[in-house]
Amino acid sequence: MDLYEFQGKELFRRYGIPVSEGRLATSPAEARDAAQELGGPVVVKAQVLTGGRGKAGGIKLAETPSDAEAHAAEILGMDIRGHTVRKVWIERASDIAREYYLSITFDRGAKKPLLMFTTHGGVDIEEVAALSPDALVRLHVDPLEGYHPWQGRRLVYDAGIADPGEQKQIAAIVERLYEAFVGCEAMLCEVNPLIVTTEGEVRALDSKLTVDDNALYRHPELAEMRDVAAADPLETLAREKSVTYVKLDGEVGVLGNGAGLTMSTVDVVTFVGGNPANFCDLGGGGDAQGVVDALDVITRDPQVRSIFFNIFGGITRCDEVARGILQALGQMAIELPIVVRLDGTNAEEGRRLLEEAAAANLHAEATMLDGARRAVELAAAA
Amino acid sequence: MAILVDAETRLVVQGLTGSEGRFHGLRNRAYGTQVVAGVTPGKGGQDVDGIPVFDTVGSAVSSTGANTSMIFVPAPFAADAVYEAVDAGIDTIVCITEGVPAHEMLRIHAYLHARGVIMVGPNCPGVLSPGKANVGIIPAEIFREGSVGLVSRSGTLTYQIGHELTQLGLGSSTIVGIGGDPVVGSSFVDVLALFEADAQTEQVVMVGEIGGDEEEKAAAFIGAAMSKPVVAYIAGFTAPPGKTMGHAGAIISGSAGTAQAKKDALEARGIRVGTTPTETAQLVAELTRV
Repeated sequence: MDLYEFQGKELFRRYGIPVSEGRLATSPAEARDAAQELGGPVVVKAQVLTGGRGKAGGIKLAETPSDAEAHAAEILGMDIRGHTVRKVWIERASDIAREYYLSITFDRGAKKPLLMFTTHGGVDIEEVAALSPDALVRLHVDPLEGYHPWQGRRLVYDAGIADPGEQKQIAAIVERLYEAFVGCEAMLCEVNPLIVTTEGEVRALDSKLTVDDNALYRHPELAEMRDVAAADPLETLAREKSVTYVKLDGEVGVLGNGAGLTMSTVDVVTFVGGNPANFCDLGGGGDAQGVVDALDVITRDPQVRSIFFNIFGGITRCDEVARGILQALGQMAIELPIVVRLDGTNAEEGRRLLEEAAAANLHAEATMLDGARRAVELAAAA
Repeated sequence: MAILVDAETRLVVQGLTGSEGRFHGLRNRAYGTQVVAGVTPGKGGQDVDGIPVFDTVGSAVSSTGANTSMIFVPAPFAADAVYEAVDAGIDTIVCITEGVPAHEMLRIHAYLHARGVIMVGPNCPGVLSPGKANVGIIPAEIFREGSVGLVSRSGTLTYQIGHELTQLGLGSSTIVGIGGDPVVGSSFVDVLALFEADAQTEQVVMVGEIGGDEEEKAAAFIGAAMSKPVVAYIAGFTAPPGKTMGHAGAIISGSAGTAQAKKDALEARGIRVGTTPTETAQLVAELTRV
């Protein structure tokens, strides 16, 4: 789960990482009040879970509270890479002398947390890594040993930080950021830029945090940070019904059991010339109600023209899936063509049930490839 | 031969008294696996259809000589169950549990690695050596005994490919589901090395998916250290970046972890990559005919 800048900064504050003072606003009037309270020039920052806010015009400096109000009016409701801005963060403006970059990532390859620091801050880090790899200092932390203070020192010395005040502040921030990384069970903690003010104070000017969904059960305070309103409404509905659903852009609704098979089904639909409307995984167990719930989610997408069920029964029983399909057809008025391919556990029983029901919009296919072709044809004909 | 599980496997099921642990533990026994014990704290002295239940893994091992553990406990208790199994002297752990926190797995991986204990999973369907032993939830009836080693991050996709292999008359030495999480106990490289050393295995199918760089590492390993032919399949060519596709580990982060990058890395080493599960099985059949 990705967190907003203001949520990340709130966590930074709790872990003792210096941030600028700010307020959250959801209307221009609130933005004005926030600027008034903070006093002096402020920055109005769009809160969206995507990058490129600055370039899109989502970050603006305001000299006065009425400027802040005007900027908030422009930014709220703005679309940034498909994300609608619903909140702005009003923050006391900083006098920036230098911009650095600091992050801790969950390095799956090395199976260790990775510290990264560079004095080339405020820009895309993948660019820094590609163009001047020597400027990017990288250091792994042993997950059993944890962080040791020499690692923070190593980062600042190797990056060429000369000022003793900066060295001390940055090393302390690295240690606290590691505490936040472990404490929040983060997959990513990024500070870009980490600024040095004209007074020589080091502060996190931005925050990017991603936390592990699998660990949220033991971090209720983080779980509460999920912004349901910002998520795709179908994905939210799916989450409520425990269906794994990712919205895509095409016309063929795809439903499989198991993540790998479902991903493969989406690929195969594309391979035979179709455009998948979604990724929908029934999961390992897939009972009849699960099938009804999944169909409910998929059919709410108005782009869907046909549906392809690709089931390989293992633990999932094909007769149970067939019952779910028939139950859904009884409960909801689904007129879309549904192509069903059943194999594995109780497949014959499942096929028989569907055949007996003889619904006009049900089409049985014997293989995954034929099923995908049929679903694509039917979507094109609809 | 086969790898990881076979007729010598003496299995203890951690969480045998739970509904899933019981269902699959008994299913594994019915297949022929020696399921010698169960562990559920507080239920020591009971039995599940004749399988004795112990309070601790330590007492299960000392009483029954168990050498392999299958973990079926809920995610919040899974890490603890792994550490307990290691302490009891278990040498192979198969963790089926889904939803183990990623940070927990970083520590477990380092801990196991230092002690030479093998773990498959978590969030995996388990390990099946047809004709010998089944440890996990893989439906054994899909597979035949034979010479193809199968290693995969996914369960049902493996069944699909196994089914296609069976239809082409091909059997398997061992099927290993390594799991769909960002950090798992055994990587593709770990399992490929076992297949390379296994006398029964003559060729290998590797089923990867988006996210991480384990397929790229496997490509390098195959190029440098494997004499047996490998065919690959990668799922997720059409997955959008930044979205988790069902498996916690199946996510394209920035520009890293795409299916195309994995395919390119494999093909650069001369490893053939099937476009569909069907084509993948056909590529294996071509290898066996030559």
